[in-house]
Amino acid sequence: MQKSALSVYEIRQDFPILKRKVGNNKALVYLDNAATTQKPFSVINAIHDYYSNYNANIHRAVHQLGEEATFAYEQTREKVAKFINASSTEEIIFTRNATEAINLVSYSWGRNNVKDGQSIVITEMEHHSNIVPWQILSREKNAKLCYIGVDDRGYLRMDEYKSFLDTSNVGLISLSEMSNVLGTILPLNEIINLAHRDGVPVLVDAAQSVPHMPVDVQKTDCDFLAFSAHKMLGPTGVGILYVKRKILEEMPPFIGGGDMIKEVHKQNTVYNDLPYRFEGGTPNIAGVIGFGAALDYLNSIGMDRVRDHEIDITKYAMTALADIKDVTLYGPLDANDRGGVISFNIADIHPHDLATIMNESGVAIRSGHHCAQVLMERLDVPATSRASFYIYNTKEEVDIFIDALHNARRIFKV
Amino acid sequence: MSDDIYREIILDHYRNPRNKGRLPNPDVSIHDSNPLCGDEIDMHIRVEEDKIKDIKFEGRGCAISQASASMLTEMVLNKPLKHVKDLVKEDILENIGLTNLGPARIKCALLSLKVLKMSMVKYYADRDPESASKYQNEPGAF
Repeated sequence: MQKSALSVYEIRQDFPILKRKVGNNKALVYLDNAATTQKPFSVINAIHDYYSNYNANIHRAVHQLGEEATFAYEQTREKVAKFINASSTEEIIFTRNATEAINLVSYSWGRNNVKDGQSIVITEMEHHSNIVPWQILSREKNAKLCYIGVDDRGYLRMDEYKSFLDTSNVGLISLSEMSNVLGTILPLNEIINLAHRDGVPVLVDAAQSVPHMPVDVQKTDCDFLAFSAHKMLGPTGVGILYVKRKILEEMPPFIGGGDMIKEVHKQNTVYNDLPYRFEGGTPNIAGVIGFGAALDYLNSIGMDRVRDHEIDITKYAMTALADIKDVTLYGPLDANDRGGVISFNIADIHPHDLATIMNESGVAIRSGHHCAQVLMERLDVPATSRASFYIYNTKEEVDIFIDALHNARRIFKV
Repeated sequence: MSDDIYREIILDHYRNPRNKGRLPNPDVSIHDSNPLCGDEIDMHIRVEEDKIKDIKFEGRGCAISQASASMLTEMVLNKPLKHVKDLVKEDILENIGLTNLGPARIKCALLSLKVLKMSMVKYYADRDPESASKYQNEPGAF
């Protein structure tokens, strides 16, 4: 069946911020979507509606507002489970962000399962949020933290991965499905199959993949999956952790407090059922409800179409960038192997200077190490510039971005 | 506005930094970085008769941070330490001709001054721990 392309110009009408002027009174060209995305009216209105009409704490109150708030909060959990095809809502835990989701696994599962002398295997392209928790855990458990390398084209060294599995006692594999710098999409099915053959669980940092492509946790058979609402039209302060049920049942709580208990006595506590056992304290109720509206929005477009749009615009931008003198592109050159994230450098213009100059044309790009200093060392650069796309970005915006690059070359006389 | 920031003199100091490198026997060497940008500056200083006898910097980062460091070394070479102590951020911004930088970029321009001030604190602390406190920056100086 022929899929129709998504209607970018209609979509743009749903995002109030896209009408803003920035820099030298220029229309905003927002290309920092890998950091966070903009929010449609429906998400903003859902939050407004909760606070205006049914603000109450959840899971406890018997009054009407409490019931309505609980219903809306739990409805989002159902939407999340469907969105990533989890087998039940009990496998979906709300956290503050993807970072907290990974830390939850590290502190709860990791402390009880990773053993002295084992290896935790990650990759050279991880975000700091998928490095630092494992450094902390490996110090505590006297485990070894091993990095699968990245080849010069930006692909994962599968040979190194296989050799880690063959030669060391691996306790956990944790990797990002899509690099937030290179855009590289990992061959997750193959990676997880190989790991499971050796009985090794796999955590997928899906902060960059779930917002941009279809993800199916039962198909890939990953054991843990972490992502953030704010990178997919939702509010900040909401992260999601998926854990396979049979693993989750054995995991001790991470944060103790209200809402995660059934009974509390002076010396002991009976913990609540899944998944509430892992959600201590009042959560970000408004944020979770807003995230439900974000999922509705993405579902109305369809994640296949989101992915197709990003391949299309990434191809267009990469072709234009490759034509500019002294541009270095990082990551796979084939847009089908990468997400809509393009990291680059141009001549001797430092990314921060480039971002300052581009801002005047209204173009918001990211500059710096992108919380991936291990990868920066591997690429042997202090920083890169990064343009990242989403459903509301147009080819006309790419043209403005390219013009702004030429302006930077003029100012820097290169 | 970018044309105002990235004037000839900034690009010249960025591409041809003055006093860049190391010193054979520095009296003090200090490193600091800006965690947001990743800009890095090392200062190496030799002191004689309470004057900055020689100063070199190493670093990498944006044009603003590196040009600012280069210009700062020229500004304080052969100057009395008291002069360094009295330097304030406005002196630096005027020296490099960038008085209207936004909050994100002003840290780039002032990193080298921060490192220089840290150098002075360490220099005095190494010699006379008690007197070092008077060279501490006032809170909020940066």
